[in-house]
Amino acid sequence: MSAAIHSLFDFRKNPRAAWVGLALVGVALIALPFVLAGIGTAWVRITNLAILFVLLSLGLNIVVGFAGLLDLGYIAFYAVGAYTYAALASPHFNLHLPFWVILPIGAAVACFFGVLLGTPTLKLRGDYLAIVTLGFGEIVRIFLNNLSQPINLTNGPQGITLIDPFSIGSFSFAKNETIAGLAFTGPIKYYYLLVLVLVAVVIVNLRLQNSRIGRAWEAIREDEIAARAMGINTTRIKLLAFAMGASFGGISGGIFSATQGFISPESFVLVESVMVLAMVVLGGMGNIWGVILGAVLLSFVPEVLRYTVEPAQKALFGRMLVEPEVIRMLLFGLALVLMMLFRPAGILPSALRKRELEAPRR
Amino acid sequence: MTDHHLVLLRARGISKRFGGVQALSDVGFTINHGEIYGLIGPNGAGKTSLFNVLTGIYTPDAGEFTFDGLPLAHQKPHEVAARGIARTFQNIRLFANLSALENVMIGRHVRTTAGVWGAILRDARTRAEERSIEKRAYELLEYVGVHRRANDLAKHLAYGDQRRLEIARALATEPKLLALDEPAAGMNATETAALKILLEDIRRDGTTILLIEHDMKLVMSVCDRVLVLDYGKKIAEGSARDVQVDPKVIQAYLGGEVSLNLKGAD
Repeated sequence: MSAAIHSLFDFRKNPRAAWVGLALVGVALIALPFVLAGIGTAWVRITNLAILFVLLSLGLNIVVGFAGLLDLGYIAFYAVGAYTYAALASPHFNLHLPFWVILPIGAAVACFFGVLLGTPTLKLRGDYLAIVTLGFGEIVRIFLNNLSQPINLTNGPQGITLIDPFSIGSFSFAKNETIAGLAFTGPIKYYYLLVLVLVAVVIVNLRLQNSRIGRAWEAIREDEIAARAMGINTTRIKLLAFAMGASFGGISGGIFSATQGFISPESFVLVESVMVLAMVVLGGMGNIWGVILGAVLLSFVPEVLRYTVEPAQKALFGRMLVEPEVIRMLLFGLALVLMMLFRPAGILPSALRKRELEAPRR
Repeated sequence: MTDHHLVLLRARGISKRFGGVQALSDVGFTINHGEIYGLIGPNGAGKTSLFNVLTGIYTPDAGEFTFDGLPLAHQKPHEVAARGIARTFQNIRLFANLSALENVMIGRHVRTTAGVWGAILRDARTRAEERSIEKRAYELLEYVGVHRRANDLAKHLAYGDQRRLEIARALATEPKLLALDEPAAGMNATETAALKILLEDIRRDGTTILLIEHDMKLVMSVCDRVLVLDYGKKIAEGSARDVQVDPKVIQAYLGGEVSLNLKGAD
């Protein structure tokens, strides 16, 4: 499957097929929201959320997939970005800055928190790092829950409401509009914005991976001592991985805040971190396309189940026996167990891992 | 430093202790520019410890190195690499899941500058640097003779090729001193003979070599001078010919008054 994808988009070997393929993907991405809106407006929102999870997974992939640092508290950066946006664009502080000012601020604040987490954990690896990052994620969530006193920064468990939608001048992303006979709802506008952000993030990730910095990350993942002996300042390069990953989380969080209009600490619990990590691992750690696929699958399958499990059971047994949520977790667990057994490197393993699996055994 | 033009590395009174074990005690030596300098001794003599102290992995308890005229005090491994000391490892430490070419490209890290913004924007300068990194890495693979396996994962290379790849990766950092930790370990006679030619080529092309090796035939035929360690102490230093008839060396290796028949020097 990944071989097919690679040959389809191999610009060097087959430029015409690659451009045609890319054009088809482009057309599909442009047409998608209208097709989904035909099925039901909820699906556009679900797709938007899925794209946000793809962005998060790509950010976490830098830390986990490239640099090999296991991070179980990644959702904290998403939270930081979301709360930064909410604080600067809501009635809470009565600030209403434009989104293109806040998103870079959110990225910078998340980046700062990334360095804050990275600095004390530089010497940790594997399980130990996982425990510290897990703790960090929880600390951030608990802070958000309790920072309503002495100064009300986060409004505690009630969360922040009436968050501004994105807008440029009088063009608001929340309003419904009809342009050239097509109904552009708020979610559809956000969809196009998210696709643009996604394309940018994918390009940035591809470029980072095939760069001096990307190779240094992979060197640290493979053998830290050898990496140091080769002149790589592992302290700096690891912090860079934390900072880059966190920035992507911060930007995603800002967009999440605006699309939802309401955020509370409940959106940033440990399970969310685990979910994003599962997306990265399921798709194929270190492979950008694999990570995207993993995030799309794990975002959509539960939603599809939500809409099919109940009617299917009613049709079969006349009543509902098992809650969709239970089925979802069962299938999720089963999928992970099967993956670990049959495709331990993910659905689309990174190109090099794949080569390794295909190579004749010595 | 008046002998700067001659001496590349000077070690004075290097000592290192691990718990109850004195791994190195008061070791001193000098390596001249353009030399192949051997470091031998029985297992556990402190050879690899000396390498680790030299390359900044351990901090010495006492003593100091002067490299290329300047002290090498408490520098971190990546700083030592930047100063111009590159090493290989006794138990090969390649980036196993990366290709041979990528392994050598990573060696170029310390001599290149592109950062995050360069990587993201991919400006003309970064693109030119990337091209030069790849070109140089491929040349080094050719130099050590592993270029036919350039796109294979490092861990799928034959053992001898892995040793050679490690040397190519170290050379990519443009070292003044190349420190090799048992490069011939596990090689057959043909591979060792080819390694000897490679070491002589590297020296001829201007890189000084510090060589830990158990293959006495190789050491005696390729090294200009040899330092012998035993129980962390220097017991002999001199030309290969002198060292192999030194009674202390024979005692250390064989534990008795036996003549050492190591006629490797051709």
